[in-house]
Amino acid sequence: MSNSVIEVPPKGGFSFDLCKRNEMLAKKGVNPPSFRKTGTTIVGLVFQDGVILGADTRATEGPIVCDKNCEKIHYMAPNIYCCGAGTAADTEAVTDMVSSQLQLHRYHTGRESRVVTALTLLKRHLFNYQGYVSAALVLGGVDVTGPHLHTIYPHGSTDTLPFATMGSGSLAAMAVFESKYKEGLTRNEGIELVTEAICSGIFNDLGSGSNVDVCVITKGGKEYLRNHLQPNPRTYTNSKGYSFPKKTEVLLTKIIPLKEKVEIIEGGDAMEE
Amino acid sequence: MQIFEYNGSALVAMVGKNCFAIASDRRLGVQLQTIATDFQRISKIHDRLFLGLSGLATDAQTLYQRLVFRHKLYQLREERDMKPETFANLVSAILYEKRFGPYFCQPVIAGLGDEDKPFICTMDSIGAKELAKDFVVAGTASESLYGACESMFKDDMEPEELFETISQALLSSVDRDCLSGWGGHVYLVTPTEVKERILKGRMD
Repeated sequence: MSNSVIEVPPKGGFSFDLCKRNEMLAKKGVNPPSFRKTGTTIVGLVFQDGVILGADTRATEGPIVCDKNCEKIHYMAPNIYCCGAGTAADTEAVTDMVSSQLQLHRYHTGRESRVVTALTLLKRHLFNYQGYVSAALVLGGVDVTGPHLHTIYPHGSTDTLPFATMGSGSLAAMAVFESKYKEGLTRNEGIELVTEAICSGIFNDLGSGSNVDVCVITKGGKEYLRNHLQPNPRTYTNSKGYSFPKKTEVLLTKIIPLKEKVEIIEGGDAMEE
Repeated sequence: MQIFEYNGSALVAMVGKNCFAIASDRRLGVQLQTIATDFQRISKIHDRLFLGLSGLATDAQTLYQRLVFRHKLYQLREERDMKPETFANLVSAILYEKRFGPYFCQPVIAGLGDEDKPFICTMDSIGAKELAKDFVVAGTASESLYGACESMFKDDMEPEELFETISQALLSSVDRDCLSGWGGHVYLVTPTEVKERILKGRMD
């Protein structure tokens, strides 16, 4: 009988199967790859009716921009959104996971999710992995107890603040907030301030760039302004584009027609016994 | 030595009008020695979904086998093929599962979704998805491919024009990369047919 391991879909969580092999490779001088980071400037602030979150849209892989328009404001619950900085896979996976857990919790309790619930679920998970899950998050939302804004660091510590910035562009954005923030901002003032802070990150930080995404959350609902501002349009496109009159040399062509869908004719003759 | 530069690869996928094209180079090497010039990097998952895997060839083969297994299970349970968006989520989850001991692969997924809408996506080696509306690239020649695609890409190209564009982008980029090349392999998929073509390139 051969020692075969039947691979069933795993029950969840991380699998460390390949760690030994990867460590062996590292010892032989094979460097591990770099992961996609989100460079990033992410901000949040509390205004008179709720919370406004903002983010840039650049994703980097080392020094190369791999995505010029990615989404960094992740959905957690209808009244809670989360911006993520750090390793892109970690922020996406952790926000997706907590979003599912919040949905199950909503079904269980029959109530709207609270921001502190999301906060606790996230910080417990991140602390559990001692900072190896490299996700720095700005969590904001409005629930029955009012508007809340929190920052969560990769090691699991959290802060509750009226305005917050994270990511490589956080210093540039914080400079704008520190000089212009005041309590009781109106919606338009808040959006303008968030946009200015993100633009400050986009233009001064190399890890952030492209467009500004804004999300306004109030007791009534949320407004996700995707690409609210596009200060970096592509202006150098050749309108004629490239055309290739001289064809590429082809060695072999194989055409596979895709099967046509089978039509079922209703009301056909019944089968005879 | 970088692990992604052990075998060398170049992959690109582009979106056209109700069609998509996915292309790869054909070299398989062990660092600077070429050991195969007809290596298949792009595999079919089902008639309207293709997967290209760049990076370490052994991990690419293992990952491909696991994904085909999961897709076959899905087909048995759901009695239909997987949508490209769902497949992308599956690949992302399988890669992220190995977050602290990853597969050294970068997948490029291209498929036709509902209403024949083309879908392309790439990920890094731990499953961070990048959904693009125009083109995605992966492999050792990715930096050149980014440049070539940025300038050559146009919106809403017809299938034949798309084929020319993706071939030119691939061949010009692999010419600037020592570790990939030796021809090209292009799959052009429209709702009615799949055209597979092998390109003639520089064999150096």
